[in-house]
Amino acid sequence: MSEALEQRDLRDTALDEVLLESRLARTWHTPPGWVGFFTTVDHKRIAVRYIVTAFAFLLLGGVLALLMRLQLSRPEAGLIGPDLYNQIFTVHGSTMMFLFAVPVMEAVGVLLVPLMLGTRNIAFPRLNAFSYWIYLAGGLVLWVAFVLDVGPDVGWFAYVPLSGPQYSAGKRADIWAQMITFTEIAALAIAVEIVVTVLKQRAPGMSLDRIPLFVWAMFVTSFVVILAMPAVVVASTALILDRLVGTHFFNPAEGGDALLWQHLFWFFGHPEVYIIFLPAVGMISSILPTFVRRPIFGYLPLVLALIGTGILAFGLWVHHMFTTGLPRVGESFFTASSMAIAVPSGVQIFCWLATIWLGRPVWRVPFLYILAFFFTFVLGGLTGVMVASVPLDTQVHDTYFVVAHFHYVLVGGAVFPLLAAVTYWFSKMTGRMMSERLGRWSVALLFIGFNFTFFPMHILGLQGMPRRIYTYQADLPWGGMNLFVSLCSLALAAGFLLFVWNALRSARAGEAAGDNPWGAATLEWATSSPPPPYNFTRIPVVRSANPLWDDGGALPVASGLSVNRRELLITTTAEARPEARETSPRDSAWPFWAAIATTIMLVCSIFTPWAVVWGSIPVAVTLVGWFWPRGTPEDDS
Amino acid sequence: MKRASRLLPLLLAGCSGWQSALDPRGPSAQDLHGLFWLFTITCTVIWLAVMLVLLAALLRRPPATKGAAEAAGRRSARVVGGAVAATVLVVAGLTFASYLATRAISSDQPEALVIRLRGYQWWWEVTYPHEQPDQTLLTANEIHIPTGRPVRIELAAADVIHSFWVPNLTGKQDMIPGRSNSLVFTAEKPGTYRAQCAEFCGLQHAHMALHVVAEPPEAFERWRTAQLAEAPAPEDAEEEEGRRVLESKACAACHTVRGTEAAGNLGPDLTHVASRRFIAAGMLPTTRGSLAAWVADPQSIKPGNNMPMVSLTADELQAVSAYLTRLR
Repeated sequence: MSEALEQRDLRDTALDEVLLESRLARTWHTPPGWVGFFTTVDHKRIAVRYIVTAFAFLLLGGVLALLMRLQLSRPEAGLIGPDLYNQIFTVHGSTMMFLFAVPVMEAVGVLLVPLMLGTRNIAFPRLNAFSYWIYLAGGLVLWVAFVLDVGPDVGWFAYVPLSGPQYSAGKRADIWAQMITFTEIAALAIAVEIVVTVLKQRAPGMSLDRIPLFVWAMFVTSFVVILAMPAVVVASTALILDRLVGTHFFNPAEGGDALLWQHLFWFFGHPEVYIIFLPAVGMISSILPTFVRRPIFGYLPLVLALIGTGILAFGLWVHHMFTTGLPRVGESFFTASSMAIAVPSGVQIFCWLATIWLGRPVWRVPFLYILAFFFTFVLGGLTGVMVASVPLDTQVHDTYFVVAHFHYVLVGGAVFPLLAAVTYWFSKMTGRMMSERLGRWSVALLFIGFNFTFFPMHILGLQGMPRRIYTYQADLPWGGMNLFVSLCSLALAAGFLLFVWNALRSARAGEAAGDNPWGAATLEWATSSPPPPYNFTRIPVVRSANPLWDDGGALPVASGLSVNRRELLITTTAEARPEARETSPRDSAWPFWAAIATTIMLVCSIFTPWAVVWGSIPVAVTLVGWFWPRGTPEDDS
Repeated sequence: MKRASRLLPLLLAGCSGWQSALDPRGPSAQDLHGLFWLFTITCTVIWLAVMLVLLAALLRRPPATKGAAEAAGRRSARVVGGAVAATVLVVAGLTFASYLATRAISSDQPEALVIRLRGYQWWWEVTYPHEQPDQTLLTANEIHIPTGRPVRIELAAADVIHSFWVPNLTGKQDMIPGRSNSLVFTAEKPGTYRAQCAEFCGLQHAHMALHVVAEPPEAFERWRTAQLAEAPAPEDAEEEEGRRVLESKACAACHTVRGTEAAGNLGPDLTHVASRRFIAAGMLPTTRGSLAAWVADPQSIKPGNNMPMVSLTADELQAVSAYLTRLR
C-alpha cells in the first residue's frame, strides 16, 4: 500500500477521503516557522499577509490625517511647519492610494478568487509571493524616507515642474517616483495572475454566467490595471530621467511640456479610482445576497456595468484637468463621458436596491456596512456628477469640496465595502467570527465620524478653502468648521481602531465559525474554515450561479487529479469544461531573493542611473534560481 | 452663538466672505452659482429618492408566495429599467446645462481690459500692458479693475504651476509654465475680493493670495495714473536715509522702486507698495509695523519664501520702514 502511495501519478480516485486529505496536505503544505514564512506560495497566506500589511499602512496614513486635522483645527496654528505638512499630505495620499487601497483590494482578490473559483492555488503563485515582497519594500522605502525627513513633498500626483529637478532638490521626488515603480510591479503581477486564474482555473461547469460577481469585478479590475499602469510607468520613468539623467520631457524651456505629465498621470490616475472601486462593488454584489437571503437581482446588467465602468474609466482622465485651459470641445466631451459613468453606477445601485427590495434583510454587521456604503457612496457619486461639469469644476477644483468628494467616494464607496468584506470573510480565513457587538459600535462610529468629518468640507471648499494649505489666516471664515471637522475626525479614528481591535481579539478568542456561518451560496464556503492548503479535497462541480443554495448540502465533485504533485484542473474559457491537468509550483525562497535584488536595484537607481545596469545582474541571477528545475514531481510532469 | 452661525454657512451664504463661491459678485460667478444650485438641488432630490427607496426596501415584507415573488421580480425589472433611463436623461440634461454655462462664461469680449498676471513662488506679478511702453504699468499682488467692464486676465507662470481663483467673480484657471491661459470676467459692484493660488505650488502655497479691487471707472483711472508715476520722494531725513539703505543694500538686487536706483526684477515691484492693502502676497495688512517686521525677518513670517534676511541695524530698519510707508 505505501509503495502505491509513493507512485508519481497517484490519482485522487484511488483514495478515500481521510487518506486523500492527508496526502494532499503533505503535497501542498508549507513548512512551519521562518522557512515557510519566506518560501510559501499559498495564495491564502500571501493574501492575509498582504491585507494585514495594507491595514497597517491604513493606520499609518490615518495618523498622518489626524496630524493634518490637528494643524488645521485653528487658523495660523504653528504645530506643523510647511515643509513637514507638505510631506505629511503627500505621504498620506500616496500611502492611502498606493499602499492601502489598491493593494488591499488586489489582496482580497488573491485570497478569494481561487476559493470562489474552486481551484487549489492562484496562477503563477511564485509571482504572487514576489508581488508581496516588492509591495512591502515599496512601502518601507516611502515610510523610511518619511521618518528620515526625506519624504516626498510634492503631492500624491507630483505635478511637474514642482517635482522636477529645478524645484525639488534632493531625493524626495525620486523616492516618490520609485515607490510608484514598486507598487506598479506588485499590482501588475497580481493582475496577470487573476486574469489567468479566472480564464483557465474555474471549477468545471462554472461557465461565464456563473462566475461570482466579486470574481467578475476582480477580472475587469485586472484588465484596467494592465491597461492603466503603463501610462504611469512611462510618466514616472520620464520624471526620473528628467531628474537624474537631465532629459527634458517636462521642461517647457527645452521643448518639453508640463501638461504631458498630467495627461500621462491621470490616464492612469483616473482608472486607479476604478481599480479601487470595482472590487468594492464586487464585494457588495457578492455579500448582499447572503444578507437578503436571495440571489442577486440583475446578474447580467451588473456584469455589463462592471465592464462598462472599466471601459469608460479610460475616457475620463481630462476631468482632472478642467482648469488647465484645454480646448472647449475636448472639455465638453470629457464632461459628457464623466457624467456617463453615472449610468453604469446607477445600474448597480438600482440592481442592489431591487435585491434588497425582493429579499429579507438580515441585520448583521456586514449588511450594516453595506447600508453605510449606500448612504455615503450615493452622495459621493452625485458630487462626482457636480465636479464632472467643467464650469462647476472651475469653482470647486483643488478645494476642500474635492477633498470631500473623493473621500466620500473612496471611503464610502470602497472602505465601507472592504470592512464589510473583512468582517464577512474573516470567518473563512480565521475560522472565527468577529464580535457582532464591537462590530456594531465600529459601524456607528465610522458612519457618524465619517459623515461629520467630511460633509462640512464641501462647504469649506465652496467658501474658498483650497486644498493642500498648511494653514489659513484668521480673517477667513473657516476656523469654526475646521475645528468641528477636526473633532469629528477623532470619532472616525476611534471607529477604525475599534475595528482593528475587534479583528485582533476575534482572531484569538472569537466564536468558532464553521464552514458556512452566514449561509452563503458561493464556493469559498464549501470548504473548511480556515481552508486547508489545497483549498478543496476534491474539485467541486458547479451547476448554477449559487451552487451552495441550489445544490443543497453536497456538491458534485470532479476527480482524477494527481495527489503526489501539486496539480490544478484547467478548464475551457467560456464553458469551463475540463481541459487539462496542470502542475502548480512548489514553495520557493527565490521570489523573496528576487524581490530583494529588485529592491536594491530600484533604490540605488534613485542615486545613479548605472544602478539599472549593474543591478540587473543580481536580478537575473535570482530569476535563474527561480526557474531552475529541481527534479520535483512538478518539474518532471 | 458665533460658532453656531459658522456651522450654518449655507443658510448664511450671503455673508460667507470675500473669497467664496457662494457669494457671487459678477455675471460669471452668478452663472456658476445658478448652475451650482441646479446641480445641488437635482442631486439632493436623487439622493433622497434613493434613500427613500432603500428605506422602503428595508421595511417591506417580502412576498409570501412564489408567484408573488416572481411578479415582484418582473415589476422590479421594469422599475430598474425606468430608473436607468431616467439616469440617462438627467445626465444628458445636466451635461447640456453645463455646456450652456460654459458658453455663456467663455464668450469673447473684444473690448475687455487686458491684465497680465504671472505667478511666482509665492507672489503675483501684475502688468497692465499699453501700446506705449511708458504707459505700461507693472505692480504686484493687487489687481484693480473698473466695475462694469469685462477684464481679460492673461495667465502665465514663471516657475511652477499656479492657479488664479477669485471665487466671488469667476472660476479658476491654471497658470502653467510654457502655456498661456486667459480668463474673462466682469465685476458689477465695487468691492475687494480675495483670490488665492489653488494649485499646490510648494512650501508657501498657503500664503499666495491676491486682492482684486473693483472700483468705478473714474477711480480706476485715478489709481492707474497714480501707479504710473515714479515713487514719491522722501519727505524727511529718516525717509531719505531709508531710500539710501534700500538702494545700497541687497534690497535693490531684487526689487524695483521706479525713480530710484533700485531696479531688481526678482521680487515684487515696490514703487507704490504702501498703496497696496497687503504685503507678502496677502499675508499682512500694510502698516509701517508689518513692513518693518517683514524686512526684519521674512523667513519666520513666511518660511521658505525667496526673500533672504538682510542684516540691518535698528536705525536702518526704522529708516527703511519709514521710506516704504511713504511709497503710496
